[in-house]
Amino acid sequence: MATSKKAIKISQKHLLGIQDLSINDINVILKESKTFITLNKSKNKKIDILRGKTQINLFFEPSTRTQSSFELAGKRLGADVMSMNITNSAIKKGETLIDTAMTLNAMHPDIIVIRHQDSGACNLLSQKVNCAVLNAGDGRREHPTQALLDALTIIDRKKKIQGLRIAICGDILHSRVARSNIYLLNMLGAEVNIVAPSNLMPKDIDKLGVNKFTDMKKGVKDCDIVMMLRLQNERMTSSFLSSNREYYEYYGLTPDKLSFAKEDALIMHPGPMNRGIEIDTKLADDINKSVIKEQVELGVAVRMACLKLFCE
Amino acid sequence: MKKKYFLNAHIIDPKNSIDELGGLIINENGKIEAVGKKVNKNNIPSREKFIDLSGKHIFPGLVDMRVFVGEPGLEYKENFRTLSNAALSGGVTSAITMPNTQPVIDNVSIVDFLKRRGRDKAKINIYPTATLTKNLEGKNMTEFGLLQGKGIVGFTDGVKTIQNSRLMSRIMRSAYDLGSLIIQHAEDYHLAENGTVNDGIIATKLGLQGITDLAEKVIIERDLSLLEEFNCRYHIAQISSFKSVEVIKYKKNDVDFSTGVSINNLSLNENDIGDFRTFLKLSPPLRTEEDRLSLIEAINKNLIDVIVSDHKPEDEESKRLTFTQAATGASGIETLLPLSLELFHNGSVKLYRIIELLTNNPAKILKINKGNLSIGNDADFCIVDVNKPWIVKKEKMISKSKNTCIENKKLQGKVLCTYINGNELFNLK
Repeated sequence: MATSKKAIKISQKHLLGIQDLSINDINVILKESKTFITLNKSKNKKIDILRGKTQINLFFEPSTRTQSSFELAGKRLGADVMSMNITNSAIKKGETLIDTAMTLNAMHPDIIVIRHQDSGACNLLSQKVNCAVLNAGDGRREHPTQALLDALTIIDRKKKIQGLRIAICGDILHSRVARSNIYLLNMLGAEVNIVAPSNLMPKDIDKLGVNKFTDMKKGVKDCDIVMMLRLQNERMTSSFLSSNREYYEYYGLTPDKLSFAKEDALIMHPGPMNRGIEIDTKLADDINKSVIKEQVELGVAVRMACLKLFCE
Repeated sequence: MKKKYFLNAHIIDPKNSIDELGGLIINENGKIEAVGKKVNKNNIPSREKFIDLSGKHIFPGLVDMRVFVGEPGLEYKENFRTLSNAALSGGVTSAITMPNTQPVIDNVSIVDFLKRRGRDKAKINIYPTATLTKNLEGKNMTEFGLLQGKGIVGFTDGVKTIQNSRLMSRIMRSAYDLGSLIIQHAEDYHLAENGTVNDGIIATKLGLQGITDLAEKVIIERDLSLLEEFNCRYHIAQISSFKSVEVIKYKKNDVDFSTGVSINNLSLNENDIGDFRTFLKLSPPLRTEEDRLSLIEAINKNLIDVIVSDHKPEDEESKRLTFTQAATGASGIETLLPLSLELFHNGSVKLYRIIELLTNNPAKILKINKGNLSIGNDADFCIVDVNKPWIVKKEKMISKSKNTCIENKKLQGKVLCTYINGNELFNLK
């Protein structure tokens, strides 16, 4: 028993949110991720540490990068990966999340990756299944692997997070990426600025230990990182903003606004981007400033690390 | 029926300003013959057997002003029989039922059905309310006069709110003409849209849409402004926040109205929701600790008149969902009194005041002769050991639906017996 206990490196059974992780957990995940960066660049990208393990991807919301990233990560580690297509499943016939969970649980998976439109859906699932549950985004609550890959990207470029000033800008209200990043970057010692119009600012967000700004130029001033978020129009049930063009004028990342940040500031975006709404299209593609493609690349490594660590 | 004698109890009856050690005599017809300190061993016939209640309390049967029952249409959640058993175990002898059934209670013929069902199946006194608007649509008002004639004690859209201010003013005018009681669930739909919890740090952390306390405040402000103009009998079903208390304090001198609060909002706060506990998804939502404390203060300053259980039975299936999808409400009629006693034990509110808000005050607002121990009245009362410790367990609940929001809570105080018309209908044993 003593040996098996030693193998457990993570304090949690599931990855539901950054909130639940210890600083040690985060360091273990980031360290493990680095080993996979090299593997992902080599000719033979496949290893077999998860051979015989079953990974089910349960995506209730459309996703391109997260779903393919998790799928690829599982396959590169040798797991049997099944992605459930919700449009064809029993959910459409009225099955509840718990019943779906029980059905999948009966197939003895080792890991379930879930994305759901409702906050807390992964928590509910984790109470009902025996295997590990990885949250790939729940409502507006958390998206832990995105925050981890963002941290990895920052460390890769800036060699540290401690002491950096980081602005997270845009639709904070609807953003799980923002919440996970706030927790993670705070834990790793960054100073976090939140920039959003009041209508897209969550109530009492400053109680999470961030600085609030409604003026973007003030918010990005002297920042090392400017992280832009997608305007989530699909979650806006009523009028939050007057128009996209006014939003771009005040909150879109343009060279002018970026000039308030540090000269070597990096631009990040979790994607998918609304070019010309939250970010100037040339800036998004500027290889000297934008690390958006790198984020996607490192995303696979982070998910490989999470799959490995939470499968153990 | 034989006469019954209860002696040496601590009797509290706010209607008659009784708060003393004494006895209670029930006559052959199930009516109260005598009550209070005059009733003792020395002035009852020596041949008569009496029940010694030393160390126990006698309260008038509770009047619960906000009770959802599943009849008609939702019997799988709660029927009159299961509701009665749950109520009796909690000392509740009169329940004011909400009209949010299927079909809704909005016309005279359905009231006839309801009264018949209630009479045949319920062991407690059922006082039905009817909707303010037909089919709860918030458009056309119901026949207050005719419905009252059939025994409707008040009008409310239950979980819904009249949004249209002009309609609300007309409802008040009609209610004034006919002497009807209007009960409003105060929530502005637009401000509360898609909300599930209090708007604040908990909503932000859990990633849930918040319900701002302004949603409650603006409806109360609007209604009280209208009320100044169209003075009818008006009751705010439940308040949940400091801001609402402030409005009530400000308006109390200008207009006549009454205010209720759910025992849930008095006992719990938003932090109790923890890791998405759907049984604590309530309307109005649980708010901050400061809000909770302001409600307790409002009780002590006579700004709140009634404590309700907001008993809303929901089957397990409608709670075993994500927080956003889960049904709203908690089953609570059987824990109303024990949970209220927590406020007494922790020194927040005096016992007499708590009993007043659970018995005489709601009866007075509803104009029903219940919730008191007046001589000649039906002997509806409960015998309570206010110190008896116990733990709330879902599986031991009597209500058909087990969705309690205080699972595993340690409480002090339990109803030992409940009497209606002088008959013992519940005994803890």
